[in-house]
Amino acid sequence: MHLVLFLIFAGLCLAGALNLLFQRHPINSALSLIVVMTSLAVLYLLLGAEFLALAQIIVYSGAIMVLFVFVIMLLNVGAEERTHGSRVAYLAGIPGVLALFAILASIFLSLTKNLGSAQLGGFIVSTSDLSRVLFRDLLLPFEVTSVLILVAILGAVVLARKEH
Amino acid sequence: MNTLLLFVLLSLLKVAIVTVILLTSVAYTVLLERKVVGRIQNRWGPSRVGPFGLFQPLADGIKLFLKEDIIPSGVYRPLYLLAPMIALGCALISISVIPFGAALRVHGVDLFQIADLNIGLLVLLAVTSVGVYGIALSGWASNNKYSLMGSVRATAQMISYELALGLSLVGVVLRAGSLRLRDIVNIQSTHGMRSWNIFGGFQFVAFFIYLIAAYAETNRTPFDLPEAETELTGGYHTEYSSMKFAMFFMAEYANMITVGCVATLLFLGGWSSPFGHLLPVIGGPIVQALLPVAWFVAKVFFFLFLYIWVRGTLPRFRYDQLMGFGWKVLMPLALANIIVTSLVLAIRG
Repeated sequence: MHLVLFLIFAGLCLAGALNLLFQRHPINSALSLIVVMTSLAVLYLLLGAEFLALAQIIVYSGAIMVLFVFVIMLLNVGAEERTHGSRVAYLAGIPGVLALFAILASIFLSLTKNLGSAQLGGFIVSTSDLSRVLFRDLLLPFEVTSVLILVAILGAVVLARKEH
Repeated sequence: MNTLLLFVLLSLLKVAIVTVILLTSVAYTVLLERKVVGRIQNRWGPSRVGPFGLFQPLADGIKLFLKEDIIPSGVYRPLYLLAPMIALGCALISISVIPFGAALRVHGVDLFQIADLNIGLLVLLAVTSVGVYGIALSGWASNNKYSLMGSVRATAQMISYELALGLSLVGVVLRAGSLRLRDIVNIQSTHGMRSWNIFGGFQFVAFFIYLIAAYAETNRTPFDLPEAETELTGGYHTEYSSMKFAMFFMAEYANMITVGCVATLLFLGGWSSPFGHLLPVIGGPIVQALLPVAWFVAKVFFFLFLYIWVRGTLPRFRYDQLMGFGWKVLMPLALANIIVTSLVLAIRG
């Protein structure tokens, strides 16, 4: 049962990602990205990370992607124009991606023992366990990350402000 | 396998019953609104079809169903067709996690709730946040300046008020220590009205923030700028006709009902009686099972009436006032409420 769901949503995720690249209109690409985000959330759910799954939908599908769509709507962006692309990208890009994929795959395969593994439909990480890790064990990194985001917001405000 | 089959069948039956009840309530909420707003404005409201106009929803339904379905030539077809489905779909999905009465299991199936999730509250927030796409895409796909203005307004408004809405619920979650809607109701049903979050839980600030933000989320007066007819014709659904328009219309009223249910569950003790155990136990087991549902329905009805009352009373906000109010008043208030609630909870241990 879990495996079937995993296959369906992993397939949906990949199809969404490919569609995101092939679509010409930005709004279709943005909508494909929403499909990718939401199917990722289902995959999290299958791994027992219920809070993470819902946070993924609320934050990514519901907030960040709405802003993407909002900006596309506001600027009324048209369909993109196709160019032939650069030769360097063809020559270096495809082997580069393959090499990167091979390196990552070999690293993950060799480190499976240290990384541990999660099971489909295994135990559920409760929200209180997650918050214990976030607000006790990893409190400092968590707070530092939020300050980092705050700095980014301040930077955006400074850049967008009009001089009087 | 037999139990699984039974479970699936019972669950499907439950979904069908709840959907039918929800859609009927939507139809009659529209009638209630027309009647009550009529009375507020010194009119009668619908009174011709059936006694007291009670069959008016049926007539409206037939009218909308039989109208010509016009798709303007300039629209972006796939999204134009998808948008009302997203709006109505999200509005209907959110009812699935709402418990209507005390847990009552028959063959392992909970009678008064479709799905009892331990992150039910988050599911509600997630579905609401995805529902924005229905309105956002409808305006853009219509290829009409009024629609686009309406949906841009709606999107900005919903993103802004979603924050205050989410933050206002944190106090309730802190009190209950759980995101499961049944747990949140259970801690409020010990001493009747005194243990409700709005009174005994001291969450009245959160309650008003939630209510105001929810009015903005559902695009209702005084926050109905996305469909302000004096400046935007019909707003995001200007180009929609027949059943597609009806889908937006139903989504709006279904969302109102959901907001009423959530406010009831989180702040007014859900299905618990306001008198606690002061009332004598009356009736057999069936009455005992249905009485909480009656309390729940009464509370939701109160919120629906409040929606209509507010619509008949308040004028519309100006757009900059709306944004300023959301970001500069509601957000800080919600944050302050979280800090105070968590401090009090921490001190009381």
